[in-house]
Amino acid sequence: MDLIVEGISRALVLLFTGDAELWRVIGLSLLVSGTATLLSLLVGIPTGTFLALTDFPGRRIVVSLVNTGMGLPPIVVGLFVTILLWRSGPLGGLRLLYTPAAMVIAQCVIATPIVTGLTLAAMQALNPKLRLQILALGATRLQMLWLLMREARLPLLAAVMAGFGGAVSEVGASIMVGGNIPGQTRVLTTATVMETSRGNFAMAIALSLVLLWLMLCVNAFLTVIQQRRRPL
Amino acid sequence: MKREVLINCGHWFSPLAFALLAIFTSACSASPWMSASASSRPSDPEVLLATTTSIQDSGLLDVLLPVFEERTGYVVKPIAVGSGQALVLGERGEVDVLLVHSPDAEVAFIAAGHGVDRRLVMHNAFVLLGPPADPAGIKGARSAVEAFERIAQAGALFISRGDGSGTDVLEKKLWTRLGYVPLGQSWYQETGQGMGATLNVADEKRGYTLADHGTYLARKKGLTLEIMVEEDRALLNVYHVIRVNPDKSPRINAAGARAFADFMVAPDTQALIGEFGVNQFGEPLFIPDAGKREEALGE
Repeated sequence: MDLIVEGISRALVLLFTGDAELWRVIGLSLLVSGTATLLSLLVGIPTGTFLALTDFPGRRIVVSLVNTGMGLPPIVVGLFVTILLWRSGPLGGLRLLYTPAAMVIAQCVIATPIVTGLTLAAMQALNPKLRLQILALGATRLQMLWLLMREARLPLLAAVMAGFGGAVSEVGASIMVGGNIPGQTRVLTTATVMETSRGNFAMAIALSLVLLWLMLCVNAFLTVIQQRRRPL
Repeated sequence: MKREVLINCGHWFSPLAFALLAIFTSACSASPWMSASASSRPSDPEVLLATTTSIQDSGLLDVLLPVFEERTGYVVKPIAVGSGQALVLGERGEVDVLLVHSPDAEVAFIAAGHGVDRRLVMHNAFVLLGPPADPAGIKGARSAVEAFERIAQAGALFISRGDGSGTDVLEKKLWTRLGYVPLGQSWYQETGQGMGATLNVADEKRGYTLADHGTYLARKKGLTLEIMVEEDRALLNVYHVIRVNPDKSPRINAAGARAFADFMVAPDTQALIGEFGVNQFGEPLFIPDAGKREEALGE
């Protein structure tokens, strides 16, 4: 119990004294997971929308794959990305292993199915008659998509939050492809694992609290956008 | 009317898009983004070092690497894994240089042509730890093997690393020397994790475990485990630096590996190693050994 109290006070001290190392770790966590989330949105939202609005042979198989992917174990992703990026692997020439870029790739693979699956669910939950109505009013295809996404913005933002949450909180893949190298690939989760292993439990608790605080900040920001009333 | 709707559509999306754009642009300009950096002196500045969790957990590299990087312009990426995994990474040519403590496996590694230039860097000792109650009565045993025998006879809980690390290999060797196969016994449990995590488990479950002295000293404050057996020649923990055979892959940074290996055995580095931990623990965590014969250690 005293450890938790010590952890909380250590977290506050570190945050407010502007500990350079901690802020670098926080910055990298945001940078890596933010970029991974952004890329997963670029892929996941169009894919989810496409799967929701079209029908083609084998669609159910693809949807099942996406839904399974929502629970993709990070360590499995980490292992495959590591082997792909090894010097002897097919992408070894890019020299990306143990860089933040490798972590972005791994986290993006984890977040994309989450965003895709939730987008799919959000778009399918819309009343199918809405599409007909929008088209009947003379909207082009792009205008229709935009209006549908606008209509589904609450669950779509939930998809953004879930994607970011999946990316920033995973540790297995990040430690494998990033290597937890100080100043280069050390993020909040991998630093927490290391401090636990070193027996610095108070520091580990402090880092966990900082991670929770970071997720709260990002989600509060997204929630404010999500819950804003429509000026109509 | 339609046009107005479309313009309005942007109202909720734009702050989000802006935020993500901001993240993305800062991402692209971040300096450690790609591994190649043009400013350093060596043509290929990045050196991948596979080392052990016990080295990382001790904090020794936090002291040595900045000195090396400052002096040579190389940037070392230390990957902390068990010695077993480190040797496999070396065998595959995925890393440039190794700092490991699994002597028998290292000799085989060199013999197979995976590595070159194996040089003695330092040693410390393993210690056999146990709960203060000492249920198997091993305190005062003359050797580690004798203590292992008592643990097996008493069926007292033993927590093993079980991760193929140097510590794990040595522990298995001691059981073999005893002619005993503990695996599968109910009192013998493997964590499959690093030294720090295994100490946590042994402490929580009040089991015996084998740990390197450095990690034990660093972790001593938070543990109830006590030293049961030490100062047995069989418990020497010897670290070597090995360069991965540059013929393995054209992507190996041979010059960087050589610079790092030379650095580890240089006199001033050896002095730094000898001082490491003295301020914090009152004794050094590692004894520098460059240039000594391995057989002469611990005499």
